[in-house]
Amino acid sequence: MVTEKEIWAYLEEVSDPEIPVLTVVDLGVVRAVEITETRCHVTITPTYSGCPAMKMIEEQIIEKLTEKGIENVNVSLVLSPAWTTDWLTESGKNKLREYGIAPPEHEVDKSVLFSEPTVVPCPQCKSRNTKMISQFGSTACKAHYQCNECLEPFDYFKCLK
Amino acid sequence: MSALFEYIIRLGDDSLILGHRMSEWCGHGPILEEDIAMTNIALDLVGQATSLLNYAGDVEGNGRDGDKLAFLRYDREYKNTLLVEQPNGDFGTTIMRQFLFDAYRKPLFEKLQNSADKQLSAIAEKSLKETKYHLKHSAEWVIRLGDGTEESHQRIQESLNTLWRYSSELFYTDEVDAELLSQGIITDIAEVRAEWEVTVKNVFEEATLHIPTNNWKQEGGRKGMHSENMGFILAELQYMQRAYPNMEW
Repeated sequence: MVTEKEIWAYLEEVSDPEIPVLTVVDLGVVRAVEITETRCHVTITPTYSGCPAMKMIEEQIIEKLTEKGIENVNVSLVLSPAWTTDWLTESGKNKLREYGIAPPEHEVDKSVLFSEPTVVPCPQCKSRNTKMISQFGSTACKAHYQCNECLEPFDYFKCLK
Repeated sequence: MSALFEYIIRLGDDSLILGHRMSEWCGHGPILEEDIAMTNIALDLVGQATSLLNYAGDVEGNGRDGDKLAFLRYDREYKNTLLVEQPNGDFGTTIMRQFLFDAYRKPLFEKLQNSADKQLSAIAEKSLKETKYHLKHSAEWVIRLGDGTEESHQRIQESLNTLWRYSSELFYTDEVDAELLSQGIITDIAEVRAEWEVTVKNVFEEATLHIPTNNWKQEGGRKGMHSENMGFILAELQYMQRAYPNMEW
């Protein structure tokens, strides 16, 4: 019988539809894998409430595990505990950086209002002299930044805690 | 109809209708970054509406899911506040509407995180993180426009004057709230209102805007009595399901 560890390894082959450099495991959206006599149950959580990739992630997980010969796969969605960027794995963060997306910095803006934007190093030239262009980027989970040194615009995977 | 169903419908409809309004900006934002920001916010709101209306359907137990509730009810069955159905107007009006709403939603979700109802608490926990970003965005723009040029100041002050009358409905309560309060599912809305008042006051001060002294208030949405805008919204929102019943995308 297949083990949970093997399932996790298979899930490492499922990539995020919007940031294909990350697997669903890197992203931390897979919360649990449970195997019983008759079925394999995978629990996932959305990054953002309206994340349009969730349905596709669910389908891809079922497709991948079925392809690996696992029967009766089902995927369920949980909202709590709510996803946080802390669940991005270290390897995930490195992959993001190499891909040109700045990974989340440790601090989220606690005060919500009247706070300075987080300092985000440029993923290209590593300069810390960057500016936030917009709190909202190409997807709900990213903000838009620009480097003041190399002038490259870049995405910042924003911190969510 | 249970109080819990009614309460979740109210929250869900606020998200759905405001999300729809924000989505109307898609391709029309004043600058590219704002076009993207507003549609991102629309997406979060529609996502929250999906969670809430799906849950409302579960609570009701009549086989209606979130889609059925979103697309197949009549106007009087929608329980969103009048504020969220107000037209987008200019960019400043959209921002002002959003700010008045975000400043209420943030403390509301903070309190609902501790709800005795597990699923409502989970939705609140999830939505709160998004709402914080929305509030930051809308408040910063209120300040920038209010404390900006003579024209931007004048225009956003006019938006505030127009929208202020709809703000008190955010704190509307009736027997639905009383019942859920007694069950520990919600907390006293007065606590949410107190926080809202502080946020609004601080941001308007920074923005050099004045809260209208005219205290005339307009309410009705929570009871299904909507403004003339609602029919137009639903005509667009429901068009596909009404024209092609049960179609799937």
